[in-house]
Amino acid sequence: MNKSVYDSPDQVSETKRHILTVLVDNEPGVLARVIGMFSGRGYNIDSLNVAEVSNDENISRITIVTHGTSEVVSQIEKQLLRIVPVHSVSNLDEEGSSVEAEVALIYIYISDTNKKKVYQLCDFYRARKIENENNTTIFEIAGASERVNRFIKEINEITKVEIVRSGPVAISSIKKNEEE
Amino acid sequence: MNNEITGAEIVLKSLAEQGVEVVFGYPGGAVLPIYDTLFKQNSIKHVLVRQEGGAIHAAEGYARSTGKTGVVLVTSGPGATNVVTGLTDAMMDSVPVVCITGQVPTHLIGSDAFQECDTTGITRPCTKHNYLVKDVNKLSSVFHEAFTIAQNGRPGPVLIDIPKDVQFAKGSYEEKNKIIIPSHRLFEPSPDFEKSKIDEAVELIAKAKKPIFYIGGGCINSGPKASKLVREFINIVGSPVTMTLMGLGVVGSSDKNSLGMLGMHGMYEANMAMHECDVMINIGARFDDRVTGRLDAFSPNSKKIHIDIDESNINKTINVDVPIIGDVKQVVEKMIEVWKEKKFKIDNEALKLWWDKINKWKEIDCLNYNNEGKQIKPQYAVQRLYELTKNTKTFITTEVGQHQMWAAQFYKFEEPNRWLTSGGLGTMGYGFPAAIGAQVGHPNALVVDIAGDASILMNIQEMSTAVQYRLPVKIFILNNEYMGMVRQWQELLHGGRYSESYTDSLPDFVKLAESYKAVGLRAKTTDELDDVITQMIETKNTVIADIWVTKEENCFPMIQSGSAHNEMMLSKDQKQDKKSAEKGKILV
Repeated sequence: MNKSVYDSPDQVSETKRHILTVLVDNEPGVLARVIGMFSGRGYNIDSLNVAEVSNDENISRITIVTHGTSEVVSQIEKQLLRIVPVHSVSNLDEEGSSVEAEVALIYIYISDTNKKKVYQLCDFYRARKIENENNTTIFEIAGASERVNRFIKEINEITKVEIVRSGPVAISSIKKNEEE
Repeated sequence: MNNEITGAEIVLKSLAEQGVEVVFGYPGGAVLPIYDTLFKQNSIKHVLVRQEGGAIHAAEGYARSTGKTGVVLVTSGPGATNVVTGLTDAMMDSVPVVCITGQVPTHLIGSDAFQECDTTGITRPCTKHNYLVKDVNKLSSVFHEAFTIAQNGRPGPVLIDIPKDVQFAKGSYEEKNKIIIPSHRLFEPSPDFEKSKIDEAVELIAKAKKPIFYIGGGCINSGPKASKLVREFINIVGSPVTMTLMGLGVVGSSDKNSLGMLGMHGMYEANMAMHECDVMINIGARFDDRVTGRLDAFSPNSKKIHIDIDESNINKTINVDVPIIGDVKQVVEKMIEVWKEKKFKIDNEALKLWWDKINKWKEIDCLNYNNEGKQIKPQYAVQRLYELTKNTKTFITTEVGQHQMWAAQFYKFEEPNRWLTSGGLGTMGYGFPAAIGAQVGHPNALVVDIAGDASILMNIQEMSTAVQYRLPVKIFILNNEYMGMVRQWQELLHGGRYSESYTDSLPDFVKLAESYKAVGLRAKTTDELDDVITQMIETKNTVIADIWVTKEENCFPMIQSGSAHNEMMLSKDQKQDKKSAEKGKILV
């Protein structure tokens, strides 16, 4: 059950992480509409990612990671569909099979004592060093969020780091009828 | 190009093509080009309000009484922020309104210019959609889309913000039928919408032993034909029907199947029937908390059918068994078809038992009040108003509070679109400007704003508007010198500590009316009441009728917050049990 001024009478299903993919018209204010709906109605955003995906049709794809009971998430989907520039909303967890990945860039404070360990760990996780003009050690790791989490946890145990993460993007892996 | 016209001209041309006859507005720096164009034409009438908040409520009143879209025109900054309450009101009650706001010139946006505000940012959550139009060539297509969105699906307010330079700039006009609106931007029910759900619903109704129809404002928004079909279907089934505050008039009050309004101040029999029914048919209502009472005790043994045009209302607060998403008139028409096709018959014996039970509840006579003495009871005042106006085409608007509930309980509505009240947002100050809007839409009808002494002062400046346009709106104030509903809650829940709910230093309403060159009337005792009402109706001018009513009357019956449908309070002597009273106190 969702929120109401009264206690919810029904059994509440368990809170779970959900990934929503929202296709929207790429017009001014559309992201504010989506985010405003979440904050205005008290829903959670764990991460959000947006980029234009088709130049010709002017459509952007927003990936939102949220958590809530299935009732709450279904309400979120319906509320998203009320927003005029929203084309479609799909819940990738409900569709069953999807692929997700995220990117993290990590600035690693490196010294002679930890250098070897750092490179070993990066090698193990297939984190790639990004060359840059200042020649500082910045690594890039891409993949499932859990793998990125583990890497960050382990590198944190070795040295100080500064991290930026994109948050997950995801796509349904269900076979579609492919034309052409 | 030769056929290019200015942005301001495009605005007026778009409005004309959309069939707009009247605009409610207030001029200012950022809309001067539009007002200049307005000056040069005669097809669209402008009603000058005295505060922008009045304009949007007037547009709501116009829209809800005529079924057309209300149009508002205001300036940037304070003009725009003053309409925020009305936009939210229209959003909550699903009223189609298009609001045009001026904006500072494009190159000044973001510079904290004079009378600049982020209008689209402020109004994003309180409109169905809004636009900031920076390109004059997009103006006409934005207007045509805006009108379509305001009216389409679940209606609502749409705002168009137009920078002043765009109003001056020249561009081309595109006609309505040349604009293609992508389908995802509109609500389009599929033509063969969920046929199986309709079959399932109709079969459920046919098998019901204790059915009840629960009718909401969606039936009114679906148009007069929807009310006709809903009445027809209820008659075929022979089921009792109850209506929400917003749904009053869909089924006539005198209809043999009508149990009147349900909910917090609804009829005892309606709430009891909701609690004990076995099949509930919700048509165009949204299980609002004023209606349901405590959710864990809401109609515990019923199968629920929910017809709604807005999918987000399905399973929002109450889980239903058969949801149908679509427009009321189309869905109910299909339901009647299926009923006839399959030659369904309801179990008449069971239905008779059900009606017997309901008639027992009716005997409680929940609206009964003590009408002794010379002092006018507010309930009696509304009853007399009804008796003396029932044979005239009458529109009733209200403000918000006790008087609103008494109006809903004691004024009997036989038709849709005659009752205009702020239900969802509960906006004090709604009724008078809404009455002005209704009167503009129906110049020859009787329009009465049943008001309270506190609410009326929230938009009293519109007296000037009413008098200027010779709008013979009647303001019928139930004057108890209190914010009555606040006082009632303080009495019931806060130990009778009437914190700030007494309205001291009220104006002399008769003199107030006269100062606007309107007519002021007053009734202090029951003897004077009928004469004052008759005089009010016969006066061809704006009237304030100041009706002095008993000061500490409470509005009953009542489901206190935290209680259930079968725990109605019928009078002051009946106390709510302490535990649910404590729990209810934190609710609104």
